[in-house]
Amino acid sequence: MLSKTLAMRWLVVLSVFIGLGFGSSTPAHADEFSDAVQALNADNNTDKAAAIEALSATGDERAATVLSALLNGTLFYRQSDGLVVLSKESGNVTILIDPSTMNEVADVSGSEAKKIRINNKLRGQLKGVLGALTLLSKDADKRQNAADEVFKANDPSMLPVLQKAIARESDPDVKGRMLRAQAAIILEYSEDTAARLKAAQTLGEFTDPDISALLGKIANTSTDPEVKKLAKDMQDSVEGRLAAWSFLGNLFQGVSLGSVLLLAAVGLAITFGVMGVINMAHGEMVMLGAYTTFMVQDVIRTHFPAAFDWSLAIAVPAAFLVTGAVGILVERGIIRWLYGRPLETLLATWGLSLMLQQLIRTLFGPTNQEVGNPSWMSGAIETSTGLVLTYNRIWIIVFSLAVLGMLALVTRKTMFGLQMRAVTQNRAMANSMGIRSGWVDALTFALGSGIAGMAGVALSQIDNVSPNLGQTYIIDSFMVVVFGGVGNLWGTLVGAFSLGIVNKFLEPYAGAVLGKIFVLVGIILFIQKRPRGLFALKGRSVEG
Amino acid sequence: MNKPHASNTILYLDGVSVSFDGFKALNDLSLYVEEGELRAIIGPNGAGKTTMMDVITGKTRPDKGDVIFNGGVDLTQLDEAAIANLGIGRKFQKPTVFENHTVFDNLELALKGHRRPQSSLFFRLSGEQQYRINEVLGIIALTDVHMMQAGSLSHGQKQWLEIGMLLMQDPDLLLVDEPVAGMTDAETEATAVLLKDIAKTRSVVVVEHDMVFVKSLDCRVNVLHEGSVLAEGSLDVVQQNEQVIEVYLGR
Amino acid sequence: MTHQPLLLRIVKEPMAVSLLSVLILAAFLVPMLNLMLPSDSAFHVPSYVVTLLGKYLTYALLALSVDLVWGYCGILSLGHGAFFALGGYAMGMYMMRQIGDRGVYGNAELPDFMVFLNWQELPWYWYGFDSFGFAMLMVVLVPGLLAFVFGWFAFRSRVTGVYLSIITQAMTYALLLAFFRNDMGFGGNNGLTDFKDILGFGLQTDGMRATLFFLSAMAVVTGYLVCRFIVDSRLGRVIVAIRDAESRTRFLGYRVEYYKLFVFTVSAVLAGIAGALYVPQVGIINPSEFSPANSIEIVIWVALGGRGSLTGPIIGALVVNYAKSYFTGALPEVWLFMLGGLFIFSTLFLPKGLVGTKAISDAFEEQRLRLAKFLRPYDYAEGGEGR
Ligand SMILES: Nc1ncnc2c1ncn2[C@@H]1O[C@H](COP(=O)(O)OP(=O)(O)OP(=O)(O)O)[C@@H](O)[C@H]1O
Ligand SMILES: [Mg+2]
Repeated sequence: MLSKTLAMRWLVVLSVFIGLGFGSSTPAHADEFSDAVQALNADNNTDKAAAIEALSATGDERAATVLSALLNGTLFYRQSDGLVVLSKESGNVTILIDPSTMNEVADVSGSEAKKIRINNKLRGQLKGVLGALTLLSKDADKRQNAADEVFKANDPSMLPVLQKAIARESDPDVKGRMLRAQAAIILEYSEDTAARLKAAQTLGEFTDPDISALLGKIANTSTDPEVKKLAKDMQDSVEGRLAAWSFLGNLFQGVSLGSVLLLAAVGLAITFGVMGVINMAHGEMVMLGAYTTFMVQDVIRTHFPAAFDWSLAIAVPAAFLVTGAVGILVERGIIRWLYGRPLETLLATWGLSLMLQQLIRTLFGPTNQEVGNPSWMSGAIETSTGLVLTYNRIWIIVFSLAVLGMLALVTRKTMFGLQMRAVTQNRAMANSMGIRSGWVDALTFALGSGIAGMAGVALSQIDNVSPNLGQTYIIDSFMVVVFGGVGNLWGTLVGAFSLGIVNKFLEPYAGAVLGKIFVLVGIILFIQKRPRGLFALKGRSVEG
Repeated sequence: MNKPHASNTILYLDGVSVSFDGFKALNDLSLYVEEGELRAIIGPNGAGKTTMMDVITGKTRPDKGDVIFNGGVDLTQLDEAAIANLGIGRKFQKPTVFENHTVFDNLELALKGHRRPQSSLFFRLSGEQQYRINEVLGIIALTDVHMMQAGSLSHGQKQWLEIGMLLMQDPDLLLVDEPVAGMTDAETEATAVLLKDIAKTRSVVVVEHDMVFVKSLDCRVNVLHEGSVLAEGSLDVVQQNEQVIEVYLGR
Repeated sequence: MTHQPLLLRIVKEPMAVSLLSVLILAAFLVPMLNLMLPSDSAFHVPSYVVTLLGKYLTYALLALSVDLVWGYCGILSLGHGAFFALGGYAMGMYMMRQIGDRGVYGNAELPDFMVFLNWQELPWYWYGFDSFGFAMLMVVLVPGLLAFVFGWFAFRSRVTGVYLSIITQAMTYALLLAFFRNDMGFGGNNGLTDFKDILGFGLQTDGMRATLFFLSAMAVVTGYLVCRFIVDSRLGRVIVAIRDAESRTRFLGYRVEYYKLFVFTVSAVLAGIAGALYVPQVGIINPSEFSPANSIEIVIWVALGGRGSLTGPIIGALVVNYAKSYFTGALPEVWLFMLGGLFIFSTLFLPKGLVGTKAISDAFEEQRLRLAKFLRPYDYAEGGEGR
């Protein structure tokens, strides 16, 4: 009794997986169906192939269950009478089920059943046939997937099912995909020139690397000159559109890299641009932000698992506060003694970065920490054209721009921003006006560090959180600031995105490493032309 | 202002404009200095006096206008070193000497010639050159402290050391920016005498705010205001000028 | 004023005299104690110590080269590791060629890693490295040329201060990435190793180790003398002037960029020589030598020892590296804290480095006066001040 319910449950699962409700099976087909199932227990693979085709041709929706069992190696036959049965391991017990009735075959022990063997060729056939069968599913998503599967398999034997499905299909999107699959089959296997030309025409509408490949194959191999020519033309037009899409893809990658660089660099632009302080420990502030995210998630996981999707919303301010506080300590403890000595500041902060790295290594160990993506950051928008936009990248682009925008507001519109600029431009004057320049320095540095911390939260979503995280970004962020020009948030924005985009566009041609080398060399040469960067101010304030 | 004689004009600025981030520091400035002339430039703070010197010595490139030296050389095309080697020496508003070098070494570095690395690597001071350095040390009254580090000199001594370095360069044209700032009255007087003496053999352009000092120079004066020349003439004459009075008092 | 011969000037400085005599003494004594004494003697210096000391000495030369540009000319190079590594690679390439058919694959034409990568022939830039003379030429030429070209661009367009530091860092970083690539033909990730001999003498023999030590010590001494000659010359005074007031120097008519280019190139050559002596002693050169962190570490040797003095960087390099060997062995987690702390401590509290601390300089000043009186009693009797 117990095993029976288990078996039923398993079947429900299986049928849902296949996409068919077996409750809808039509009894009229019962005999034809069970005959077809029996035929699967053939002696040779040719007969088996024929049986598979026959079974799928019944259009019976239980066929999918049986065929997928065959594919998965869970279709057996009873040695005593050759009855084909489904099997299911349940603990130590093997349960056998009659596919026609979906009842357990009670009087059989597992050892009496033998597996129906298939070879790779049959496996391929099965996959295609299963796909075709799913074309008739009630669920539009499944039908769509099936249509794509059929297209990939490109097997002429599926044509009848496919045509049946097209006739029935009401969803225009799914129908389009089915037509694509049909056109592919016709183009490749049909003898009818007119039909093939029409198919090529249809395929030419799509933007898909596989279609381009298929058209290319036909263009090269077809003996029919008309088909050959049209296939070539169509391939060109598909390729043209694909190139545009891949341009978009590169652009997205570039913008995404740019946003990461922007996040890493913008805090540096504050400390370097506004205060003239080279903070080599900036990368470690980013790293501290990432570890703060880890800690926040750790607390949430153990105490409030339901709130996990909110972890980043908590981590952003937390990271800002933690790294901002570290920033104040660093400024008061070290940097303020070194104003006017930028090279010494560089060395001291480098020392600091070594210590922070080692501190984290001692506390958390040298290995990567597991930082999770909240659900709204996982997944991607994908198009059939090969464009993949992952949500975490999209969010980071949004986040980086938001951070930049907020920073611009703080520097332009708040009292603190005003004081910050006053101190930069004329420290003595600002002091005499009652601005406590010491505090402004400390807070400015804290702001730069805090932003680095927020960058760390974002980077924890796409990069390994390890003590070396900061080192990965420090040189690149310096390049951004130097390239964009100091003391100018616009420069940082333009610098980050242009470096990101150039990098990603070079990558396909030169490879990632060589692309990066080109960018570095490019910047070194660029600095020769504009020693103060792209958006340098000409004024006195920037002269050191 | 009438056009200068090409033959005896050592410096000729024509329609020079410079702007910083939209602010016009020099505005169509024209000015000429004759060979062997001592010239004083006065003007309120921010009038553009230092900027004018920056343009002449190649530190700042003008947006437009010409700067002609010695009847033909266009200074706007040259860099600082080339201009200095043409024979233009400059003393900065904020005295800048080489603080970690001795007074003697400061003068030696300013010594005319031997500007290329290869010749300076194997350079040996000749007796004559040593004599010249000692002479200048005497002129600027720093003989007693010649082995001291320049950084430990008083403000006034640094000013003189810088003038001494100019003398070592042996330039045809000296540009002197606020030479007596921070000097005692006696030092100021001595400086005026020194500059007048120097001007006997070369052209000197002095920028100063100290009117007593300018008076004692007893020379032609240009008043600069908002980047261009407001008035020119002897000090007494320009001091009577309505506009000049307004500029100085109106601020 | 300062026209006594170089040696006479040095003799008047107790710190320099002590350091140089220790170096020269060690150059002879250490190899002798290693080679001539039986290994159970209390005074025997084990071979591994000889090699370790030799390695420190190459670091000292490297530190000297950084000091020449930073301490005297104010150019903080964060890329000197690159020149060191290039010198090392040139030496490594020579030693790779010396392996001949004794490699794992027994291929006389190609180094092992090229056989492994299925290369068919030697890339052109490996030509000539069979010859020791050519390789030695490259040891100085390659770093020198890179420094010259890089400096030409950078100094001419007046990239100074932290900007220059950052782009020197970018330079070594770009080289790091490049040398990591297998198709660069320098052994990629693993670099060059498994060296056998130089000029037919086995690298692992005690004689060779002692020779390399001797050469390293003498290289430091020579490096010191060369730097000393430069900084004592008028050119030396010009570069210090550039360090202290660059634009003033320009207005005096000096072409600052040429001077910078000169010291930068000389310094790179010294660093290259240091690298060439380093590689046979440690037996390997790989791209990690190009890592920016390495280059910054050199700077701290100089800062701790005392920049702007020529004894300082030598002492700094020896002290820091000895400490590094000791602590990475004894308390590995502590070392990075110490190194980091050293950066902060020496910039905050030791602006002139160890040799500039009051206690030390006072002690030596006393020595100097005593020595000076001994050498020129008359000057002092008259109350004059010898320089
Ligand atoms: N590099 C620069 N960037 C921005 N503004 C500048 C720069 N150099 C000069 N200025 C501005 O140009 C104007 C003229 O300056 P300049 O130094 O020439 O005046 P000055 O006549 O020498 O004044 P002072 O008598 O105070 O020395 C001033 O308003 C100054 O702020
Ligand atoms: Mg001025």
